[in-house]
Amino acid sequence: MAELPRFEAGTDPGSSFFNLLTLVGGSASEQRLGGHDTPATPSATTIVAIRSADGVVIAGDRRATMGHAIDTRDIKKVFRTDRYSAVGIAGAAGPAVEMVRLFQVELEHYEKVEGTSLTLEGKANRLSTLVRSNLPAAMAGLAVVPLFVGFDRRSQLGRVFKYDLTGGRYEEGDFYAIGSGSVHARNWIKAKWDQATDTESAVALAIASLINAADEDAGTGGPDFVRGIYPIVATITEEGFELVPDDTVAALARSLIAEVIR
Amino acid sequence: MSGQFYVSPEQLMKDRADFARKGIARGRSLIAAEYDFGIALVASNPSNTLSKLAEIYDRMAFAAVGKYNEFESLKIAGIRHADLKGFSYSRRDVTARSLANAYAQTLGQVFTHETKPFEVEILVAEIGEDPGAENQMYRILYDGTVMDEHDFAVLGGQTDPIVAELGQTHRATDDRDAVVNVCARALSAGSEPLASQLEVCVLDHRNGPRTFLRLTNDEVADILTPLAPAAEMVADDD
Repeated sequence: MAELPRFEAGTDPGSSFFNLLTLVGGSASEQRLGGHDTPATPSATTIVAIRSADGVVIAGDRRATMGHAIDTRDIKKVFRTDRYSAVGIAGAAGPAVEMVRLFQVELEHYEKVEGTSLTLEGKANRLSTLVRSNLPAAMAGLAVVPLFVGFDRRSQLGRVFKYDLTGGRYEEGDFYAIGSGSVHARNWIKAKWDQATDTESAVALAIASLINAADEDAGTGGPDFVRGIYPIVATITEEGFELVPDDTVAALARSLIAEVIR
Repeated sequence: MSGQFYVSPEQLMKDRADFARKGIARGRSLIAAEYDFGIALVASNPSNTLSKLAEIYDRMAFAAVGKYNEFESLKIAGIRHADLKGFSYSRRDVTARSLANAYAQTLGQVFTHETKPFEVEILVAEIGEDPGAENQMYRILYDGTVMDEHDFAVLGGQTDPIVAELGQTHRATDDRDAVVNVCARALSAGSEPLASQLEVCVLDHRNGPRTFLRLTNDEVADILTPLAPAAEMVADDD
């Protein structure tokens, strides 16, 4: 890469890193998977997102499974994508992590080229494009479904976006969950939603809903007090993205587990 | 026969260099200067939106003087170079030296092969991985010449008086605000520096992984201290 990437006016990829990567031939979306059986890949998850009065909370469990076996106990499925947004992923781990990496660079690249960051809506739409570009792989069994959350600085609100395999983007109202344990997490949140008034209580509700999902779903891992592995929980408010420290999550999980598991 | 006049290579290069130098000299100057926790970039720039300073990568910034459209395209090419490299390898594999070489290649190529050379002078600044580690500043001229700078670098047309003043006033061990003040004064040549006439960005270790930060006009105004008699300045420093 000794040469600088420069383009003629007609072929310039603009401020999108994804377009640039496609042009120089390094895009993940270029691999076209045939109709053969997909090899076993690590998958399954529960990711929850809950809106609170001052922003949004996103949390995810730490388990990756391959078939009936536990593949990884401490995988991270919730990622900071920029100062005011985060994404949680469900589906095939390999393409999912790669998609998040690409999305993180996409947002940063736009910000640097344009000198201003995308609106939350703009970010959500860019993620749509990335999910859609993964469709051939999804048809071959390597589906990736993200859950995108962020703090909208214009409306001063937290917002939650879910996606389908075709890149369809849908905004959710107050909370949502994706992954194999999502039904159990969602129902728990639905029943207790009125408790989530501020960020602190939304964090507690997110952790409780993950414990409930782990209690019912084999693909979701609960808090592991023996190994010290706890869900990844992050808050996004006007102050930006912030990971909830492991100690805090551990203490909350310990105090909530008796309420959830009975 | 419509033969072309013979022009010696020396003359051709000299003409091109003169042309580029004239273009650059028309613009205002900028300074990159080291301080205790990073590098300050201070440009004389009345525009709030058309900037001369930009973030390239985690610990790397771009600064340029000359023709706006030309350095803007070089800035974007630099961001692309860095982001592609960081995505393909790892974030720590993106280095200022590699980017400076890429800029030198491109500018050298354009200088000898294209109809007209770029009328720009650019600077790639990178702070070390830790506060103690060495910073790097590369100045790249319109013809692809690369220079390795230390302590501070001045880009633009009439740089000699600024370099002379900074030689007296700049100390790389001072804090951010002191160094920004020193640079602002050097750029405004004796008159009171105005925040609205300056563009100030920093690469600072205290900013987290993305060390680049653009200061707003208000922040710059807060940093600037009025010109004071020498005796009072000593008192201010304590």
